[in-house]
Amino acid sequence: MPQDFDLDQFKTTYFEECQELLDSAEEHLGELQSNFADVDVEVLHAIFRCVHSIKGGAGAFNFTELVNFSHVFETLLDRLRDGHISLNQDMTETLLQATDVLSNLVQCAKDQKAVDLNDWQDIIKKLEAFTNAQDEVSNETLLDIETIEQPKEVYNKTAEEEEEQGWGLFIDDVNEEPLSTIEDVICDETRPCYKILFVPEIHLLRFANEPLLLVRELKSLGDCIVQVGTDRMPSLKEMKSDEAYLSWTFILHTDRSLQDIEEVFEFVVDDCELAITQIIDDAEVHPEKNIKKKKTAKKEKTAKKEKTSKAVKIQDTTKDDVASITAEPKPTTPDQVTHSKKPDKENTDQAASAGTLTKVSSIRVDLDRVDKLVNMVGELVITQAMLKQQSEDLANDAGHIMAQGFEDLSGYTRELQESVMAIRMQPVKSVFARMPRLVRELSSKLNKKIDLITAGEMTEVDKTVIEQLMDPLTHMIRNSVDHGIETEEERFQSGKPERAQIHLNAEHRSGRIQIEIIDDGKGIDRERVLQKAIEKGIIPEKHDLLDEEIDNLIFAPGFSTADIVTDVSGRGVGMDVVKRNILNLGGRISVFSKPGHGTRFLMSLPLTLAVLDGMIIQCGVEKYIIPLTSVMETINPIKEELNTMVNGSVVVSVRGEYIRLVHLHRLFNVKGAVDNPSNGLVVITETERYGLVGILVDELLGQQQVVIKSLEENYDPISGISAATILGNGKVGLILDVDGLAEMEHGGDRNRLGNLKQQVLMTGEQAHGIDR
Amino acid sequence: MASIDKGLMTGFNSTHHLSSNGQGSDLQTIKEEQLQYITFTIGREEYGVDIMVVREIKAWSETTHLPNTPEFMRGVLNLRGLIVPIFDLRCRFSMGLTEATKMHVVIIVQVGKRLVGILVDTVSDIISVGKSAIQEIPRMDRNIDDEYLSGLVTIEERMVALLDVELLFNEKAIETGVAFGETAVALK
Repeated sequence: MPQDFDLDQFKTTYFEECQELLDSAEEHLGELQSNFADVDVEVLHAIFRCVHSIKGGAGAFNFTELVNFSHVFETLLDRLRDGHISLNQDMTETLLQATDVLSNLVQCAKDQKAVDLNDWQDIIKKLEAFTNAQDEVSNETLLDIETIEQPKEVYNKTAEEEEEQGWGLFIDDVNEEPLSTIEDVICDETRPCYKILFVPEIHLLRFANEPLLLVRELKSLGDCIVQVGTDRMPSLKEMKSDEAYLSWTFILHTDRSLQDIEEVFEFVVDDCELAITQIIDDAEVHPEKNIKKKKTAKKEKTAKKEKTSKAVKIQDTTKDDVASITAEPKPTTPDQVTHSKKPDKENTDQAASAGTLTKVSSIRVDLDRVDKLVNMVGELVITQAMLKQQSEDLANDAGHIMAQGFEDLSGYTRELQESVMAIRMQPVKSVFARMPRLVRELSSKLNKKIDLITAGEMTEVDKTVIEQLMDPLTHMIRNSVDHGIETEEERFQSGKPERAQIHLNAEHRSGRIQIEIIDDGKGIDRERVLQKAIEKGIIPEKHDLLDEEIDNLIFAPGFSTADIVTDVSGRGVGMDVVKRNILNLGGRISVFSKPGHGTRFLMSLPLTLAVLDGMIIQCGVEKYIIPLTSVMETINPIKEELNTMVNGSVVVSVRGEYIRLVHLHRLFNVKGAVDNPSNGLVVITETERYGLVGILVDELLGQQQVVIKSLEENYDPISGISAATILGNGKVGLILDVDGLAEMEHGGDRNRLGNLKQQVLMTGEQAHGIDR
Repeated sequence: MASIDKGLMTGFNSTHHLSSNGQGSDLQTIKEEQLQYITFTIGREEYGVDIMVVREIKAWSETTHLPNTPEFMRGVLNLRGLIVPIFDLRCRFSMGLTEATKMHVVIIVQVGKRLVGILVDTVSDIISVGKSAIQEIPRMDRNIDDEYLSGLVTIEERMVALLDVELLFNEKAIETGVAFGETAVALK
């Protein structure tokens, strides 16, 4: 590899990749841990590849400690996947710890901090101990790094190769798939047989092409015999690491079309000689009928080469073949390797940025660029809505003609917007996947038996939400494990099953994402919560709190009920921080608890940046938008259907069900609004905490798709308002937060409202100064 | 009203770094560090705000009122896709609500990470002031709350009170202003 590139840039990419690889390794380890009795070799392979890639990159950047450690780690993994060592719980534990160490080392390398491996000597020793435990097992079939590094006839390390050895990423798949034997292929006579001659130009590797990938790709098409032509191999002294000397002849039995085969070579066709011929008689290995000749293929030359080539029968010399392929080392990320092999299985997120083969499944894009795009599209939608409105004011004919055009335009913009938004959406899986390990570790520390059951991992939500979900979720799970779930004895005494359950669910609901954490523990001890709250001065001694309100005290700042502050949770900054995090995201959190039966935390978060279908309503002089997803129906109640309750609130009966009214104009102090529900309209909406509530409005103005704009960016959150948007006339419209409104209406907040009014008055006075 | 673009502002500010210990209040003295202010009026009083925090000046347009906010909070405005809260400075200084017309002006200023607009009567000038020309606020003057003022200068016989928007719109002030918005815990 030439050294005239900007290393830093590559480093950045490397660290990004490391992060992904570590995440993926951890996820796979989680799978192992939950099921170590019946290990899926694929999972081990995946972990191995992760560690190996990290090592590979580290080698290239000279992160010695990282290389050394990952090597030890990798060696054990290698033994594991070869089945020489069987996995046990202790080992998975160690593997997880090793992943942590690896993560730390990567961090150190990133921060350019010196690392002292001694800190992790224990882990290294453990890893080595596991590795050596069954070292005597059949070494001859085992082909690990050391074996390959031994000089072979066809593999001769030059200094450059040595340096790039870390990048020799193909070694890891050596034992994965034994190459098909000739017998296998010949026996299968039903499928057409092709002979493919592939002679790379000497410079093939410089364009980031990798013959091995092609071989693999071919093999995925059908049964394949590979012959390697080594006639171009120069003497050792003349050999250069970045030149391609080998040529290949493939005999391929496949159902796939010629086109599929050609596709394999799509990216290298200009840099090689390629001849694909169909063999009519299967037993005949020589070409009889040339079906297709690629533009660069020079048939005559090819034929000559073929005669002189010393074909090596691959089935006898598996190792040699692989070694010969690795003899042309080429920096390629293992992601590419895996992708070319089984592209559908791999997480698309992990796709490498530059695929030399087809099926490039993803690219890496700077988030800023996506954001810019999202903003521009948002502006486009608003402008389009404005234009549409203006065109409606035009003279009849003109407006009519334009209407059709606008209809199409809005269709396209909507589609465009949805596609752009989708770029930012990611499944919550990336967050959920970290929880099983957390639960396992905590539960073993606390000596509790807990199963974590997750659902809805694939629910998609905006990336920013995902990023900020991690901390609160971790905290809540910790909380459930530590405080929620009882000890084994307690569970036994109350006749509960020995193993406790924590459910973690995600789903889309009312245009938001709803995340639930349910445990079947002891529930919230209201007596103790009250006692603590009074102790800490959070509530006065005299109070008339409802059970639900007591439960919600756990979100109060500085509240912690843990009798002993454990290192698991209980520093008293917990749940209020969680609540604040969620609020900052424009979300809500509530807790439902049933003493003795468990606790349920319910988080509802916006799918930020999303577009929202809204119903525009009039309330006095103001217009508001109600998210259409939460609207159930709109009714015009008659006097008989309205009942006033003791506390002054009004309920409306709809088909025998009593629904509480929210007097929007009272809550928002809007002038000139309809006060008598029988004169106005009631929009029945669904809330998360209060079931159905009816919002009293003057009239409905229409339905419109709106772009959610953050009100909080330049101002603070306002009760009952979830966000803002820009309406067709360019003015700001406020989107109602139905749950928030219900909460405001439902007493409790009444007092607070009073207090706040006083506060504002005080502010006024402050502003007025003393002269008042 | 014209909006002042950034290039212009930097142009105005080019003398900014030529600081030394010059004397006198001569505005043209480039030796002294010059500070530039955009001045505006509320009624008969004139105020100045540091040109570096001003992002834009635009004519008043109808805002969307935010529920349960103090009186001086005049609602929010669409500033090319950004939602910007507008504060009525007259009302903030307890001189009554501004009867806003198209002739009134909104000055968009940057306060920390936030953009806020202040509603004033007119924008009058851009002034360059030597640091030494800025006088301290006499403690006697309690006409407006001097917490928000960084000093006074005299320009052609007129007195201009220099506003410190950071103080005027500090986090706390904004928070108290919209304390309703906080769905915070407290069942106090």
